[in-house]
Amino acid sequence: MDFGPHLLLASLEGAVTAAILALTAMGLSIVFGVMRVVNVAHGEFFMIGAVIAWAVASSFTGNPAIGFIAALIVAPLIAGIIAAVADKLILQRVNYDPDRTIVATIGLLYIIQQTALMTFGPDARPVTPPFNTRLSLPWFEIGESGFVMTWPWGLSTTSYKLFVIVAAIAVLTGLWVLMTRTKAGLIMRATQQDSETAQAFGVPVKRVYSYVFGLGAGLAAVGAVLVVPIQQAHYLMGHDPLLLSFIVVIIGGLGSLPGTVIAAILIGMSDGIISVFFSPTLAKIIATLVVALVLVFRPHGLLGKKV
Amino acid sequence: MSDKSIKDPTRRSALKLLGAGAGLAAASSFIPGISRFAHAEGAGPIKLGFQMHSTGIGASYGRWYDRTTQAAVARINEMGGINGREVVIVTEDDGTDPKRGAEVVEKFATQHNCDMVFGTLFSHVVYGSAPRAGELKIPYFVCSEGHHVASGALNRYSMQPGITDVRSQVQAMAPFIANNLGKKITMVYPDFAFGHDHRDYFTAAIEAQGGEVVASIAIPPTETSFTRYFPNIPRETEVLYHVMVGPAVLTFVKELGEFFGPQRPEIFGFLDSLEAVGLNTPGLEFLEGTYFWEGNPRHAQADQSEFDKSFRAAVGVNEMGASIDDPNDISTYSHMFSCWETLNVIKKGMEASGYKGPKDRQSLIEAVEAMTAFEHSDDHPQGAKVMNGKTHQVFGHQFISKVTNGKMVVEHTTSIEDGFYEDAVDYTTQSF
Repeated sequence: MDFGPHLLLASLEGAVTAAILALTAMGLSIVFGVMRVVNVAHGEFFMIGAVIAWAVASSFTGNPAIGFIAALIVAPLIAGIIAAVADKLILQRVNYDPDRTIVATIGLLYIIQQTALMTFGPDARPVTPPFNTRLSLPWFEIGESGFVMTWPWGLSTTSYKLFVIVAAIAVLTGLWVLMTRTKAGLIMRATQQDSETAQAFGVPVKRVYSYVFGLGAGLAAVGAVLVVPIQQAHYLMGHDPLLLSFIVVIIGGLGSLPGTVIAAILIGMSDGIISVFFSPTLAKIIATLVVALVLVFRPHGLLGKKV
Repeated sequence: MSDKSIKDPTRRSALKLLGAGAGLAAASSFIPGISRFAHAEGAGPIKLGFQMHSTGIGASYGRWYDRTTQAAVARINEMGGINGREVVIVTEDDGTDPKRGAEVVEKFATQHNCDMVFGTLFSHVVYGSAPRAGELKIPYFVCSEGHHVASGALNRYSMQPGITDVRSQVQAMAPFIANNLGKKITMVYPDFAFGHDHRDYFTAAIEAQGGEVVASIAIPPTETSFTRYFPNIPRETEVLYHVMVGPAVLTFVKELGEFFGPQRPEIFGFLDSLEAVGLNTPGLEFLEGTYFWEGNPRHAQADQSEFDKSFRAAVGVNEMGASIDDPNDISTYSHMFSCWETLNVIKKGMEASGYKGPKDRQSLIEAVEAMTAFEHSDDHPQGAKVMNGKTHQVFGHQFISKVTNGKMVVEHTTSIEDGFYEDAVDYTTQSF
């Protein structure tokens, strides 16, 4: 494949990765921002989302769009409820102590993963996309005979992949509106800035924490529902999103939402492009190297506030 | 000695004992298995350790390897067991993980006191487990198709008498591909031992046919997204050769179709890329007219043998290769027969060597090494085979199927000789 079309294809693949990553990492970032909790089980909420999406979608017959839409509503909701309950049962009991929450969420990771293995089973399960048309993409070149449009071999994407990008932007916009334009967002931001003062002003901090933990898990689940018609639901699928989310959140600045989006685009696109031109392993190596450099030279991340 | 130490049994306790004995006797006559093997020679049942991929990336294979194993053992026990002793399966999950594989082998040998170990599929797990089996001097029967056994990389305790190896398979495929599909080939394969066997031996085999591999693309077996690898497929490719494993095989094949669209080259795949996945899954329509290697035809063919019929019935597989209970549960039909056939080889070997217990493990190995051929039969439903005792590897027929109206129809069956190659090792000269 020529360089130009190759780069376009790589960018499209990167954009899909970035879209899913932005949603997942945003969940991790909100949880850290508001609660100061490093949620190691975040990838498992992603997995729960995918698994529930499969369960919901496969219980509907007929048009796959119905099952998919149902999954898009039900899966994040259930993942959120599970997370909120876990917050009440576990994180509140350890008083959100940073060290103990890490250990507790590691435990939660294994509990969720093994429960999925025991109930959902070890197989990968597909979800039929609501629509999936292959779209051949044209390429423009200025050759000897002037400006020509060609249809390079293999240069294509699918309508569903484009939908994933659009849907992720829509969800993130909705989240931005929630955080900056609503009372719920105000309460969350108040809790984030100073939870004690917020409590003094009558903010039910504990309940806010439960909601935020649920919201974080719900965002991961939305990402998973969107990705599951492209990939498949599998009980071990939470590992990669967790790792990449951590990378994104550290680069973007822990707790900074715009930083998270920028870092997700950076990592997602570079992952796509480096994987296509070199190798996916190199993409991971570089991403990890960037994390190390950020931690050394700019420990608060791209847009994070200095602590 | 005091008088109290020996007590005459009272009438009541004697009656109780008698009653219990009668009860046991009655029970044993109702429970099949207990009575049949009660007077058999040797102590207790023969214990076979089944190293199963219950979890991890090999789980779909594990599920079907288990069903096949259980069916094969039920049949062996129905026919009177091995040397008159009942056969029991002790299953341990290796998580499709090499490190755990070695631990599981150790567990079988030292904790469960198994007579031998069998059933491993994924080649990296075989590589992890076989050295430990050799150290513990416990026979290790692999059902894997990797070239590891015949390459000489393992040891005298490792054998593969139930399924052909990749080297033999790809060598038998090369003439068909070069003569019917094209000579410029791009290979896409998983980046671990099994995939490397494909790369190394297919490249050599196709060159011998006057073809060439124009690009070979390795993909990590844990990968979940594949489109980004495909631009490396050169435009001049005449045949795309694909083999993939792991939970994401369906994504792999779907994205392959989306990449090529209407302009696909000829496609030749190893069915590993679609094991446990239905051919009628949405997104796989483009596979119509493409070719597959099959170890054993998933879809019952027009000339289906009686042996294949009874094998399907015993394992619970319908004509389309799916579970009888759930048509969406597709089997790993190209591989799972290896458990069935391996267990029958073990039975033959134990009978030939008069196997009584772990002290006879070496004579069991020698007995299998002495075998030369297996007939197409209920014991070997996939087909006739030739056993090479020196390399511990079996050779057999391969099938090339074309997807025709959503069904895989066998177009060509290779001869056993097509898969022969020079011996790379003589295990029989190695000491135990």
